[in-house]
Amino acid sequence: MRYFARRIGFFLATLWAAITLNFVIPRMQPGDPAEVMVQKLAGKDAQLNPAAVEAMRAMLGAPEGSLLEQYVAYLKALARGDFGLSYTYYPYPVTEVIGQAVPWTLVLVGVTQVLAFVIGVTLGAYAAWRRNTRFDGIVTLGSTFVGTLPSFWIALLLLFGFGYVLGWFPTAGGYSTATPGWNAGFIADAAYHSILPAVSLLITAPIGWVLGMRNTMVMNLGEDYIRLARAKGLPDGVVALRYAARNALLPSVTGFAIALGGVLGGSILVETIFDYPGMGRLMGEAIGNRDFPLLQTLLLFIIVGVLVANLIADMLYGVLDPRARKAES
Amino acid sequence: MSAGVAQSGTVDLPLGNVEEQFSASDTRWYRLVWSSTKARVGIIMLLGFILVAVFAPLIAPYEGTRTDFAPLLPPSGEHLLGTTTQGGDIFSQLVYGARVSLLVGLFGGIAATAIALVIGMISGYKEGSLTDDILSFVTNVALVVPVLPLMIVLVAYSEVRGVPLIVFVIGITSWAGHARAKRAQIITLRNRDFVTAAKFAGEGSGRIIFREIMPSMTSLVAAGFVGAATGAIGAEAGLSFLGLGDPNTVSWGTMLYQADAQGAVAQGLWLWVLVPGLVLALLITCLTFINFGVDLLSNPHLRED
Repeated sequence: MRYFARRIGFFLATLWAAITLNFVIPRMQPGDPAEVMVQKLAGKDAQLNPAAVEAMRAMLGAPEGSLLEQYVAYLKALARGDFGLSYTYYPYPVTEVIGQAVPWTLVLVGVTQVLAFVIGVTLGAYAAWRRNTRFDGIVTLGSTFVGTLPSFWIALLLLFGFGYVLGWFPTAGGYSTATPGWNAGFIADAAYHSILPAVSLLITAPIGWVLGMRNTMVMNLGEDYIRLARAKGLPDGVVALRYAARNALLPSVTGFAIALGGVLGGSILVETIFDYPGMGRLMGEAIGNRDFPLLQTLLLFIIVGVLVANLIADMLYGVLDPRARKAES
Repeated sequence: MSAGVAQSGTVDLPLGNVEEQFSASDTRWYRLVWSSTKARVGIIMLLGFILVAVFAPLIAPYEGTRTDFAPLLPPSGEHLLGTTTQGGDIFSQLVYGARVSLLVGLFGGIAATAIALVIGMISGYKEGSLTDDILSFVTNVALVVPVLPLMIVLVAYSEVRGVPLIVFVIGITSWAGHARAKRAQIITLRNRDFVTAAKFAGEGSGRIIFREIMPSMTSLVAAGFVGAATGAIGAEAGLSFLGLGDPNTVSWGTMLYQADAQGAVAQGLWLWVLVPGLVLALLITCLTFINFGVDLLSNPHLRED
């Protein structure tokens, strides 16, 4: 149980660190943060939008008072779920704007991530089992090559080829039906719109797992317990899957959260390219409009999302691998 | 396994040979890297990129920032890759763009590696202490926080956009993975006899870490640097693609940003989209190839084939 307690403790501590980071970043500027930011806005456009100033104040909290008082006020606002108002979508609260975008990113990134894991682990395991064959060579070298391609560039090329030249897929947006809702027609339409963005991410996403799984499994195949399994006369399939792959899978589970961060980063760029209505596109808009409350809250949501995924992966790892539990008890 | 260890000759030697062991590996490391065909190809390609970046004014027919040509010219003798919608020469932009990528790769790589070294080595050397606990926690936090969104927010807040800012942001966000690897490595080294000897000789922790232990980790540092440089180049491209790059210089990321913003894809201006991404992928490929050679230094198993 010590293992699980430690993991939960780490989760809470990182959560606190993320929330504090979110408080510190806007205050790293010299001078009064609200004033600096309002000035910054005024410098960009002579015509100052009062809504923007209002949103800025709402985000930063009361600029008067000591840093500690501001911090307490900030934490209280967070506890109330008050993240300020977006001034791209003024007067809507940031949380409402993000709330509408979350499902799109969650489904896009979630499905991509799980598919990437399954594809990557399967390819890696098979390449290790057939190591030093042609298949292994193609998979390893191919992954290395494809891994160097920037995912946003792949997205641009796919958009150009399959969206504009061939016209097989929609070029922008997440759906074309007027009213989103839980019906088969809308879901099919949304799925159709998500294919190109998902494929853009899926081309590079499995690569870490392909190479990681292959290396771990090659190492495992040299272990004595594999030799024993073979000596017992177990069929190849059983040795490969139930012995070697099962053990090699464990380190891949711990890499899940870090890989998720990578896919999320890629999705910011890919969603911007396909004008996909998720958190990534929102982040692009927030950058363009200097919508700091929105930008900041998006960062916090993304970090918390990855932390939760990390906690789940850690818990799963603890259940799957008794050694992890023992090592820390 | 034992064959690999014996061949490398650097893993477990008796105490007296420590000096020889390091000097021997020091004179051979470049030969070892060069012995890998992939690394050779990578180094030659990288030299090509460096030459292009250094002699950009001689190679490019025009200034990369010039935008006073007729827009949307097709490729011709005067404009090898045509011009953009704003009247920039695509080929010249491409040539000057190599400068930004290489500079960011070099300095971003150095910054991330330096931070990783300091944090990883101190944390590992003081393993189990409060210092280690704090540094390990910071490392683990930095490891799970998604890097690109954090970089975006840091750059978005800054008033001065430019290459130094991007290098700084990359440095402070991209060190965690290497720091952890270095911590693990130093833990295996810190109880070696040469470290104990240095302690008995009365040397301070700082000197032991950076003068005694670090030289034996050169290959790991080199591998970390190449990896960090690769990440830095990709990060700059991503940030610039979102419009967070230096507005006064041309980089491959800003080229793609402008191409996307001007609807190059919809208008079928495929050269403008294809070429910057292609050279970016080529540069990252050559660094990946170099890493194959650098891996030979740290992993003797790979040398057998």
